[in-house]
Order: sequence, then structure tokens, then C-alpha cells
Amino acid sequence: MIKAILIFNNHGKPRLRTNNTLFTLFSLSNNLFFSHFLPETFHLVSKRDENVCNFLEGGMLIGGSDYKLIYRHYATLYFVFCVDSSESELGILDLIQVFVETLDKCFENVCELDLIFHVDKVHNILAEMVMGGMVLETNMNEIITQVDAQNKMEKSEAGIAGAPARAVSAVKNMNLPEMPRNINIGDISIKVPNLPSFK
Amino acid sequence: MALKIVKGSIDRMFDKNLQDLVRGIRNHKEDEAKYISTCIDEIKQELKQDNIAVKANAVCKLTYLQMLGYDVSWAAFNIVEVMSSSKFTYKRIGYLAASQCFHESTDVIMLTTNQIRKDLSSPNQYDTGVALTGLSCFVTPDLARDLANDIMTLMSHTKPYIRKKAVLIMYKVFLKYPESLRPAFPRLKEKLEDPDPGVQSAAVNVICELARRNPKNYLSLAPLFFKLMTSSTNNWVLIKIIKLFGALTPLEPRLGKKLIEPLTNLIHSTSAMSLLYECVNTVIAVLISLSSGMPNHSASIQLCVQKLRILIEDSDQNLKYLGLLAMSKILKTHPKSVQSHKDLILQCLDDKDESIRLRALDLLYGMVSKKNLMEIVKKLMLHVDKAEGTTYRDELLTKIIDICSQSNYQYITNFEWYISILVELTRLEGTRHGHLIASQMLDVAIRVKAIRGFAVAQMATLLDNAHLLTGNMQRMGICEVLYAAAWICGEFSEHLENPMQTLEAMLRPKVATLPGHIQAVYVQNAAKLFATVLKSQEGNTDSTAAQETSQLMIDRLPLFVQSANLEVQERASCILQLVKYIQKLQQKDVEVAEEVSALFAGELNPVAPKAQKKVPVPEGLDLDSWINEPPSESESEDEQPKAIFAKEEPKHSRPRREEVDEKELAKRREARKQEQANNPFYIKASPSSQKVYQEAPGVEHIPVVQIDLSVPLKVPGLPMSDQYVKLEEERRQKERAEKKKKEKKKRKEKRSGRGKKHDSGPESEEDITPAHQVDIVTEEMPENALPSDDDDKDPNDPHKALDIDLDKPLADSEKLPVRSHRAAEAPKSPTEDGDATSQEPKKKSSKEKREKKKDKDRDRKSKEEKKKKKHKHEEKGEDLLGGEAEEPVVQSEETNEVAAPPTSTSAEVSDLDFWLSNAPVPSNTQETATVAAAEAAPMPEATSGIAPDSEPDEPKDTEMEETKSSKHKKKKQKKEKEEKEKKKKKKHHHHHHHSDGGGEEAVQNGTVEEEEPLPPMSNYCLLAENSYVKMMMEDADEVYDIQGNLQDGSQVVVSVIFENKCDSFLKSMEFNVLDSLNSKLQRPEGSGPHDGLTVPFQLPPGVSNEARFVFTVQSIIMPQKLKGTLTFIVKNEDSSTHEKLDFKLHFTCTSYLITTPCYSDAFAKLLESGDLKCSSVRLEGVNMPFHHLLARICFHHHFSVVERIDSCASMYSRSIQGHHVCLLVKVSAQTVSIDAKCDEPTLLGNVLDEIKQTFSQC
Repeated sequence: MIKAILIFNNHGKPRLRTNNTLFTLFSLSNNLFFSHFLPETFHLVSKRDENVCNFLEGGMLIGGSDYKLIYRHYATLYFVFCVDSSESELGILDLIQVFVETLDKCFENVCELDLIFHVDKVHNILAEMVMGGMVLETNMNEIITQVDAQNKMEKSEAGIAGAPARAVSAVKNMNLPEMPRNINIGDISIKVPNLPSFK
Repeated sequence: MALKIVKGSIDRMFDKNLQDLVRGIRNHKEDEAKYISTCIDEIKQELKQDNIAVKANAVCKLTYLQMLGYDVSWAAFNIVEVMSSSKFTYKRIGYLAASQCFHESTDVIMLTTNQIRKDLSSPNQYDTGVALTGLSCFVTPDLARDLANDIMTLMSHTKPYIRKKAVLIMYKVFLKYPESLRPAFPRLKEKLEDPDPGVQSAAVNVICELARRNPKNYLSLAPLFFKLMTSSTNNWVLIKIIKLFGALTPLEPRLGKKLIEPLTNLIHSTSAMSLLYECVNTVIAVLISLSSGMPNHSASIQLCVQKLRILIEDSDQNLKYLGLLAMSKILKTHPKSVQSHKDLILQCLDDKDESIRLRALDLLYGMVSKKNLMEIVKKLMLHVDKAEGTTYRDELLTKIIDICSQSNYQYITNFEWYISILVELTRLEGTRHGHLIASQMLDVAIRVKAIRGFAVAQMATLLDNAHLLTGNMQRMGICEVLYAAAWICGEFSEHLENPMQTLEAMLRPKVATLPGHIQAVYVQNAAKLFATVLKSQEGNTDSTAAQETSQLMIDRLPLFVQSANLEVQERASCILQLVKYIQKLQQKDVEVAEEVSALFAGELNPVAPKAQKKVPVPEGLDLDSWINEPPSESESEDEQPKAIFAKEEPKHSRPRREEVDEKELAKRREARKQEQANNPFYIKASPSSQKVYQEAPGVEHIPVVQIDLSVPLKVPGLPMSDQYVKLEEERRQKERAEKKKKEKKKRKEKRSGRGKKHDSGPESEEDITPAHQVDIVTEEMPENALPSDDDDKDPNDPHKALDIDLDKPLADSEKLPVRSHRAAEAPKSPTEDGDATSQEPKKKSSKEKREKKKDKDRDRKSKEEKKKKKHKHEEKGEDLLGGEAEEPVVQSEETNEVAAPPTSTSAEVSDLDFWLSNAPVPSNTQETATVAAAEAAPMPEATSGIAPDSEPDEPKDTEMEETKSSKHKKKKQKKEKEEKEKKKKKKHHHHHHHSDGGGEEAVQNGTVEEEEPLPPMSNYCLLAENSYVKMMMEDADEVYDIQGNLQDGSQVVVSVIFENKCDSFLKSMEFNVLDSLNSKLQRPEGSGPHDGLTVPFQLPPGVSNEARFVFTVQSIIMPQKLKGTLTFIVKNEDSSTHEKLDFKLHFTCTSYLITTPCYSDAFAKLLESGDLKCSSVRLEGVNMPFHHLLARICFHHHFSVVERIDSCASMYSRSIQGHHVCLLVKVSAQTVSIDAKCDEPTLLGNVLDEIKQTFSQC
């Protein structure tokens, strides 16, 4: 079982977290998460060198020796999966890779900002991969097909009425002041196109 | 109004959406909280609007805020509103929010049940998908109960996308609502063979997750998983299955044997590291489960170790880590094969990655031997010095202690060395494990008597230099060792060279800065030392020395009397008064030393760790009852101080008062002993890693101040452990030399045998003798200790509830709750209808389980049955309206269910057994078995008619079958098994047999002590066979008692297994029986009395299936035979021919008996009534245990045991027409006499004849 999925950046700011397993399994409250779990995990993960192994035995932090933290570090983000012993460690590493590649496909060159501004979409993509803590699908094409189909449906529902709202939000999106220009994710080097400034 | 809507939508355009919110938060870095609180106010406003789009937008923003840690539980109802929107866009937002914000205590969840149900049955697959995803996060027991049935329906949805989600979520449902597991399990099992790989993977996932917690219930699935493992190419599925097998093998070593080969193949063939790793892991699990000594397994171990070595040598740190992890598993059972890679592991100790170092440390634990312990520990000590972080160093420290103390210090040859290692470890600054070292010191000193002298000397030095240990507050953790040092010096003070000096050291003013519990030990042991000193000084003529010592005590103790620590204070003042009294006596020149030392007399023995737990509760002691009346409320104030006392670690308290009264002293000594026995500190402390973890978080926060180490941390005067390594080496050499002399001759011979090993020098384990006579005192256990060692599972474990026997057939009460007003619901997929009913065929799984591979056929069959069941459902519905006409049907169904279990479970188990038993059945055995079976067949007529046909064909058939693809292998094995069983059976009964639950009943009622396992009994017998088809009959296995329907008539159901033995397709099978006056085949309405019944399936080559036929019987007092014919079409590629097969059905009288339990009083009444006619029979030369005999009668003749006394039993059965049959079975020597009573003499006579025949073969 995947007990929890957590994405945070190099400064320990959470970018995504799945909740329920955290709360029910480790009986963590919201406060406890922010005061203990997140900083501890961040502390553990961030102090590790780039070329050490990606497994961490969390011990009491995450509920005993049966649990492990498996993480990957991409550019500015840490993807942390907390799993129990029924999951294959290497398998989960692959899964994280699939997840990131899927994000990359869906957002067309993903960067941290995408995750910041579109948490809901990230959640939706994740929902196609992991459900209730169990791996649902590992085939990237299948995941993307399903995600696309749902987005399509959403668009068709919005129809004409949604058009002005979309236009407005597109305009709003133009002023991303701190939009970085170059983002490296693993081997994938991403160039963010220069957007015309509306200011 | 319209204008309002337009305005709303334009407003909406400029509402903040999620992106705006995020942007806003980023732009207000300084006053984020303030900005968010205004945003929340806005959101609250938005939520008040009617427009669902606005609400959805607000909820979307809330989800984000929730992630940032803001409480949004107040909006739970709004989330539900958004969830119930008809638009997918909003629904998705709603469900996402729900999955993030809801948890079990969210009360609005109960409002969602109907909404979720609606979404689950939505025609849009994504609505369903989103609902399932959401539900998987917030499912509660109530939701699980209410929706289990709907989700189960979705498991057979047409879209794989829904199917796989439904399958996955079932796991969550099971967890929350364990009652759903049994009804849903058959379908889940079906999904293992779903055509869609995703669904299959999901099903494997769920079952693996279930099986991990309660593996024994899933053993019966092993063959299926085995098939999947050998056929699947999906690595995810393979990994899961292989992991599952890893969990199953410990329960069934034979499974392991079967697995080794395919796993080895996978290891060789796969390129995926993850798969390779899991294979190696499972092979290890297999090897662990197998008892060692199988020669061919050393190859597997070697393979594993080799592969692991490759992993460890890999530059990828992940692989290295996993390799070490797996290696540590091998270590437990095959330490030798790991030990050869010691170099590699020691190398890993120097790795820069801490996780890897820790793993390597774990491995070291198992790699030590008497030979290399010192060397390895020396290396570790070097690491301790080098280690930078405290965490890793502490880990090293615990590992050193673990390694040395493992299995009662097995590998320590020189305890002086160990003590000096412990003393060296006290030099570690800032460690948290002072108490661990302390407990080791205590343990060694107490348990190794020979070392006490040395230990005391060391401890005395430690005490002398206590300032070095306590000099800095940072080193507080380590001052715990002083506790041990003080205690050892006090308790074993007779070994001290200079007790006076130590006494002074213990009474230094600096001691007052130590923690309270250590001071307490100091004070107490100062008293002990005082006693020793007195004793030595009184021996001298100079009495002033003794008085001086007393004066010293009196001078120093007041310091402790003032201590804030209650414990210290109390002890100190007690002892102070004691010493004052002694001084008084001394001044009168009274010899007191004897009496003073008597205070502390008594030998200490170590107590086993679990001794306390195992003290049996004396009879009549109720620990839960109040000793006195419960205290009234007013007394509660007194509780407060008590609690404080309790917190004060009562284990250290050894209260003593200074009455020198002899009697009192003896009493106190006794009490002391008692207390020490209860004192956990005297128990050999098992190093608990748990504790280490517990304290793990937060260590980093302790600021580590660099200490100026100009003061040498080495405690002066202590021997260094390194010396011992040298000394030990010398000692061993000496020993070896001596030995060599002694056994020169012997050795020469050996050497030639052992070869290199001896030339290279190192002696084998046994040759090393410990330096001191180590006498490790065995631990004490209380008298009549309880043997049980129940470390129960966590009672809160949700998986405990899922420990459910899945092989048992379903009972009615277990069906999932289905809403009663189904008709009013939205249209459902057609499978829905079959849902409830298709569970029911599973109930009769006794036979169907045999056919689990043959989906196709079963489908057809279940369709048929569905029709039947549907019918019944309707009838049940009518029942509710008041008609009771159908009641008997329902009842009979129930009896039928009751009867089914034993057959099914035993069949299931023996199936597995057979699958697991590796012994290949040579083809000729099978052939003879078949022939034998044919001969043993109960119908000589039928056999004789067909035997000439079948026999020549047999060999060909078997050959053909053997060439058949492995797909049919299982089938074949099953068949072989049946035949095997029959062969066994053949010895015992010539007649054919009738199954029933009799066996089970017998066990319940009669046989209290089960002496031997019963031999397997089967009830299928060969009916007829030719080259195309084989019919196996289980006659009258279910006897319906339908008096309501047929006046005075009864029904008998015959199950027939049809097995296709040729390699052509069999179809259009028709089963027909020539009715007699008495017995008639029940035919569907409208068909003539001579029409055949169509067998509701076709048979592909090598497949068998089962059909049931119902017969109506008028009189049951006589056995009957019916002639019948089976006609069928044999179809192969180019031709099809009509064939037919004749057979004879034989109804015995026992087939009309129903196993009916009877209580002994009712039984007695029945016998007294005098209505019954008597008859008896004697069986000679029956040579089987009595309980076997009873079981046989129960099983084959449908009796139940009423009472059993020694070798005498009364049994009862009832016929379908209500005749009572009573038996009294007695055994003396080899003679069995059966006295029987029945109200129908003819029936009784026939039954007795049949029983006689059953046993005539014995």
C-alpha cells in the first residue's frame, strides 16, 4: 500500500499531499503534519546527497519499521512516497518516474509552477495512477488517454459559456512574474518559451 | 431573472479562481495569513450563492487552502453540494475536495450515500470513476456496508476502466466492512483471470494485500497464482504475485518446492532489476521455510547470494541498499553463505550513504563468530571514533552491544575484553545509550561469575574517575553507567581491592549533581560497601579504623539527606540513622560487622525476561474485582500524590528500615529477594531497537557543543581493549599448540580430509575455548510458569477482522445487503440482476470449485441456475405476502447448504494438496487406477458392458492427454487424484458411496478425541465410461425433502460429472433414464416421459463438468437400479459423429437417508417408544480405528453420532420419508456388532446390508 504521497520543494514547502492515509494510518492531525511530519521528512530527505539511495527507513516518524519513504528528487521538487512492505521498492521508484513523465506530457514541460497553479490537475492525474493507496495504472499512455478524455469532457461541458472565463484566465496567466526560463527535471531539460509581456 | 443569471456569469468571470488565489498568496508573502483570511471570507460569500459554478470554484480554492494546512471542515456540506452537481467538471472538483478533506469523523459523509450510489450507476464512466476514486479516500464502515453491493456489481462492468477501479476499491470496503469479503470474494477471484490486464493487475493487487495479512486463508489460491506467474508478462503483476508467494511459503513448505524452479528461471531470464530482486527475496523466503538439509537448495542459495552480490557491487546505491537488505534475510538461515562475502560487507561499512552503512551493520550481526568477533568489533570501534553524526554513532554503539550480547554472549570468549570494550564505549560523548551500556555491565557482572573480580575493579576505577563522565552536561546520557558501576561495586564488594577508596569515591560531594536515581543507587551501595569495609576492619585489632569509617558515613550522608529527590532522601536518612546506631554500638565495642553485612546477604540470580508475565494467576484470584470497596469521590484528592510516587520509577526503590531484629531482617530479605525478582532491572535487558527509534526524532535538534578535548577522555588506568585482542591471539596460539601436541596423530588424518582450511591457520569454532570458565547463570522462571507465549497481534489491527475462511460456502445471512426497493431505482446494467443470484451457485461450491477453470461451462450452467434461482426469488417475494407454500423449499435449501461444507472444504484442501504434491504420477499408474476404478465400479452390468470398449482405449487416451498443453494439466491432475482416491477407497467399499456432511457431523457430535486423521473419502464413483466420455456419479448427494409438494413422494438429486476424454469437442449431450414405476427422472414441464434431458453444457477436450438430475422416488425401502443412456455428438475439425453411452444408476437405500443430528435424550425416548423393529448384523475382521469406522458410517451412510462411549456408539439417521434409523455400534477385538432399530424393517435390512458391504472389503 502507498500510505501517502507528498510533493514538496527544495525549501520544504508542500506542493501536493494526499491526505487520508496520513490521517487514518498515522493518526496525524493537520497540525501534526505541518509541525512534525513535513519538516521531519523534509529534513531527512533534503540532507541526503544526490547519489545516495532513495530509500529511507522512517522509523517512528511514519509508523514503524514496516514503512519506508521512497523519494526522488527532480530539479526543485521532491516526490516522496510513503509505502509499506507490500510494495516493491524499485517498482515505486519506477512509478514516481512514470508520474513525473506523465506530468511532463500533460503540462507540456512541467515545472514547479505548474504544480503550484494546477494542483487540482495534478491530483486528477494522480487519481488515474494511484487509488486509495493502491497502484491503479502504470502505463503512461493509458493514464494520459483517460486524463485527456476527462479534460475533453470538462471542456465540452463548459462550452461557449466557459469561453470568456477561459479567456480572462488566460490573460491573467500571462503575468507570471517569476516564471523561470529554464527548468531541469532529471534528464529532461525544459525551455520555457519567452512570453510576450502584457505589462 | 435572466438578467441576474447573465450578471452572475459575468461576475463569475472576475471572481478569483484557483490560479488567482495562488498568485495572490505568492504576492503577499509578508502577510500571507491575513491575505488568506480575506480570501476565506470571499470564499464564504461565494459559497452562499446559488450558482453551482461559483460554489465549485470556491470549493476548488478551499482544496488548495486545505493542502496548505488551513482548516476547511466548515465547508464540508458545500463540498457535498458540489459533489452532487450534475456536471462532471464540478462533480470532479467536489469529489477531489471530499477525498482531501473528509475523514471518518466527518459527519456529512452519511449524506453522501445516495449521491455516490447514483454516481456509481451513472452511464458516464468518468462519473463512476470519479466517485470510486473519491470513495476510496473517505469510505466509512457505513458507506462500505451500504455500497458494497453496488461496487460489487461494478466489478463486472463492461468497461475495464470501471472494473479495475471497482476491484481496487473493494479492498477498502473489505477493511471497513469485513462481512463483505466472503460474498465478494468469488467475483474477485474471477477477476484474476479478467481479459483486461489492468483489471487483472488490480485484482492481484487486492488479493495480495489481503493475503499479506492473513495468508493462510489464501493458500487455496496458490495454483491460480502459480498459473498467473508462469503466464503473465506484466512485471507489476509478477512482482505482486511473487511477493504474495513470499508470504504464503512459510505456511506451506511444499509450495516453496514447487516455486523454486520457475523463480530460478525468472531470475536467470529477467532483465528487470525490480523483478529480479523480488524473485530473490521470495526464493529466500522459500529457503527459509524449507527445512534445511535439502542438498539441491544450496545451488539456489548460491544463486541468490551471487545475484545479490552483483546488486551490492552495482554503482546504483538503490540496488546496493536492497542487496544488503535481502542479504540480511539470507543471513538468518544460511549464515555461512553470507559469511563468505564478508569483505564486501565490511567495504559497505565505509560507504558514504548512511542507509547503506546501517544495512551493512545489520549484516555484521550475523557474521560474527568466536573467531572474528574481536576483529569485527575492533573495526567498529574505529568507526565509532570516526563517525560524525550522533545518530549513526549511536547506531554503531547499539550494534556493537547487540553483536556481542547476541544469544547469551555466545561468541564472547573473553569477558575481560568485553568489559573493557564497554568501558571504552563510555568515552562516547553525547550518546543516549548510557543505560544500554549500563545494563550490559550489570548483566555481564551478574551472570558471569568469573568476571566479577575484574568487573568490580574496572567499575571502581570508573567511579574514581566519575568526574570525567559527568564533567559536562552534554554527557549526561553516559552517566547512567555510573548507576551500573555503583551497583556492581556495592553488590560484589567482596572483590574490591580497596573498598575504602571506592566508598570515598561514592560519597564525594560531586555525586549530588547526578540524577536522582543514580544518587539513590550510590547511597544504597555505599551502605553495602560500608558493611564490607566494617567487616574487613573489624577483623583487625584496630577498632578506630572502623569507627572512622562510620564517621565518614555520618559526615557525608547528610548531603544526600537534603536531596530534593525523595528516593535519595529516604534512603540516605534511613542509612544515616543505621550508621549512627552502629556507631553507638561500636563505641561500646560491640562487634556489629556480622549483623550489618547480614542486611545485604543473599545471592542474586538473573530472572528470565518474561518470568513475571508467566506467573500463573492463582486459582480463585480475580484481578478485576475490587479488593476493597471502590473509593468514594472524596478520596480522589489522595490519588494525586500516589501518582507521583508511581512515576518515581518504583523499580529502584528498595526501602529498608533499620530494625536489626532478626526476624524482621529475615522477612525483609525475603521481601528483597521477591522484589528483585520483580525488578525489571535485574532482568537481562533485551536490546530493544524500538526504543531507539522512538527517540530518534528530535535528536538533531539538540545542539552539539564541541567539547574541548584537551582533557584526555581515556579513563586512566584502564586496560585498552586492543590489548586483549593481542592477548587473546597469543592465548589461542598457545592453546592451539597444546592441542596440536595432544592430537597430532588425529589431526594428520583430518588434515588430509579438510585440506586447505587447516593449513591457512584459523581454527574452527569449536576449537576456541573461552578464556575464563564462563558460567552464564541460567535465568530463573517462576514455578509452574505458563508455557504460552502470546504476543498477540494488535487488537486494533483492521486486518484482523479480515481473517475469514474464504473456502466455506456462503450462508444466507452473509449476503450483502441489497436495497429492497430495487425496482424504483435507475436502470442498471443487466449483470446487476444476476448479481445476487450468482452468488448462490457459489454456495453449492462443493462441486463447482472443482471446475473453477472452466468459466465457459460454468457461465452456461450458472445461467441455468440463475433462472432457477430467479424463480425462487420471486417465490420468496411472495412469501412475504403470506404464502407459506414454498417454505419447505427454502428449508431444504438450507439443509443442503449445511450438508455441503465438508465436501467442499475437503475437496478444496485436497486439491491444493494434490497440486502441491510433486510426485509425478506415472502414466501407467493412472491407467491401472482407471481400470481399477472401473472394476470397482458399483454397477457390474454397466462396467461389463463398457469395459471391453474402454480398456483398449485407455492407454491411448492417457498418452493423448499427456501431450496436451499445460493448460489442461491441472484438470488432468485433478482427475488423477480422483482416481487415486478411488483406488484407495476401493479397498474399503465395493458399493458406491454417497456424499454428505456426515463426516463433519460425526466429528462434531461424537469423536471428541481425534486419534488419527481420517483417510480421505470421496463419493464420486464411476458410472460409465468409453473412449469419449467418462461419467462419474455422485448419487443422491442432496436429498430434498419435499413433502409439501409431492404427497408421500421424495426427490433425490444425482450429480454426474462428465469428462471429455478424447480430443474432440462434445456437444448436444442428452441424458435419459428409463423410468421405473417407483423412480422417475424429473423432466421439464411439457416434455414426454421418454424425452431425454439436455446436459446444459458442451465439453471441450479434456474438460469435465457436472450436471445434476432430479429423480422422484415413491418408495424408498428398497434399493433400485435405473437404466439410462447418454447420447452426444463428437465433433472434430472435419467430422461429427453421434455416439451413445449406456449406464446404470443405482439408488441404494442409504441414499434416502439424511444426516440428522439427534440429541441423546430424544434418542433414548425414541428407543423407549417401542415402535421400532430390531435387527442386527455382525462384521468380522474389521481392522480400523473405531473413529474411522464411525466416520465411514457417517460419511457413506449419512448417519450422525449421538453418543460415543469408548468403543461403543449410538448413531442416528432419518430417511427422507421420516423413518427413524438407530444404530448401536460396538467393537470388540476385530468384530463389529451393529444393533439397529427402525420403524421400517425392509429399509433397515437393506441399509444394514449396505453397511456390511461397505466394510466387507476391509
